[in-house]
Amino acid sequence: MSDVHDRIRQDIQDNPVVLYMKGTPVFPQCGFSATVVQILTHVGVKFRGVDVLQDPGLRQGIKEFSDWPTIPQLYVKGEFVGGCDIIREMFETGELEQLLTEKGVLQPAG
Amino acid sequence: MSVAASIERKLTEALHPTRLEIEDESSRHHGHAGYQEGGETHFRVTVVSPAFAGQNRVARQRLVYKLLAEELAGRVHALALTALTPDES
Repeated sequence: MSDVHDRIRQDIQDNPVVLYMKGTPVFPQCGFSATVVQILTHVGVKFRGVDVLQDPGLRQGIKEFSDWPTIPQLYVKGEFVGGCDIIREMFETGELEQLLTEKGVLQPAG
Repeated sequence: MSVAASIERKLTEALHPTRLEIEDESSRHHGHAGYQEGGETHFRVTVVSPAFAGQNRVARQRLVYKLLAEELAGRVHALALTALTPDES
């Protein structure tokens, strides 16, 4: 299982914005994953989507890694930000764009 | 005990909420992943409690997830969660 954790650590280190999700950004397989993809797309941030349905070890491992029992999970610059409810709340209050801008992964609008 | 009743009992005992809404949305997910006959698979929970004061969003949800670990490991496929303090609601 620690192999999986190493892979996750590497993945979130190599990619500034990573979304662990069910399905792919083009074909999400779950409503919660689809919501987060829509928000990230709307905000205009580049992200890497990782389909946990392709890998049962990863599907379990990501939950242990973050101590978070559900998917999707968003990571920005190696840090766990939250799942669907949190991303939606942060999007609605403007905190998500603020965070992405502060982390240097999103160019300020205009 | 139904899943909804068990969610209500656990959250009430641990968080002493000033407001607690538990909505079974399972019927809206008929035919989707995780759906089972009889419902109680998809819930929307709003909990307002002073216990969340000083905790960020991730910590609040972790707390609720831990309290409901048994339900999430069992029948519950999806839990949409809003966790607020009385001041925020």
